[in-house]
Amino acid sequence: MDKRILVVLPHPDDEAFGVSGTLAMAIEEGTQVTYACLTLGEMGRNMGIPPFANRVTLPQIRRIELEESCRAIGIQDLRMLGFHDKMVEFEDPAVVQAAVTALVEELRPELVITFYPGFSVHPDHDATGAAVIGAIARMPAGKRPTVHAMAFSSNCRQVLGPPDIVRDVTAYLPQKMASIQAHRSQFQAAELLGSKELSEEELIGRYGTERFWTYRFEDEHE
Amino acid sequence: MQPIDPKEVQRYLDDHRERDLYIHLEMTTGAYAAHLDQSRHPAATFLTNAVIRYSRGSISGKTPYRIGLKTAQGWVYSEGLTHWDEARRGDLILAGHDAAGKLVVSLQLSPNPF
Repeated sequence: MDKRILVVLPHPDDEAFGVSGTLAMAIEEGTQVTYACLTLGEMGRNMGIPPFANRVTLPQIRRIELEESCRAIGIQDLRMLGFHDKMVEFEDPAVVQAAVTALVEELRPELVITFYPGFSVHPDHDATGAAVIGAIARMPAGKRPTVHAMAFSSNCRQVLGPPDIVRDVTAYLPQKMASIQAHRSQFQAAELLGSKELSEEELIGRYGTERFWTYRFEDEHE
Repeated sequence: MQPIDPKEVQRYLDDHRERDLYIHLEMTTGAYAAHLDQSRHPAATFLTNAVIRYSRGSISGKTPYRIGLKTAQGWVYSEGLTHWDEARRGDLILAGHDAAGKLVVSLQLSPNPF
């Protein structure tokens, strides 16, 4: 895999379901991973059951959960960029893009992973993906890192076609489940696993595959 | 958070009359409401760190509770509140959680910004 990966996502826990297995695999193969998390998920609706967080304490609790998730995956470098949950789309796009550009220039990653703008449901996801695409599109075509984008809107396959990267991460489910479970304010066992423990087979079915679309920039041709 | 103790909340509201307070007021269906169920209308709104001053503040009903604050020129109203915390430095943290434990509504007051 690539020697350096930059992951840019807006919320603590965005890494857990979609990309933690891929990252655990890459890290085991010697890849350096930087995870830039734009917000602390300040506006999350889950406070634990019974609620152990509140609107005021939630950001600090989610920061600790994020750090634990990164340790579970093996991520070597976590950057918290200090934007506010739900507000990424209302920031000056140039400011968010500049934050991404600074990271790309510092780290020179071969691969950047983010959300596919327009196909990622949450406005923060779409705005984050747009900032990443905007930052990388400005680079000369030959110098750009590859971008792998996650998408899960109901129309994403219809418009984008099937994902070109379909990765079996079954061997990394222990790290992935530990990453998910680190976010304990957000994912109660009942919501995550149903009322009973999932069987090995069910776990693999639900979490064993990660999917990405390689982003094609307008001025690039196959 | 704990289930709301209406007497304690009323005491807080009485103690903080006629003082400038920072308010956080919020209601949300969650960003995924329509993604998960197309029949649902996604809506959310919040206002954070506005300053208000009320002459009369009351908690009303049984859980879920309602709060009304009468200001010089208008009102602040919130319904569906179930839980509370007095988290730090005299904050009043009120929230309403649905059957799945998710926050639906919140009303917070504090002498200090959130």
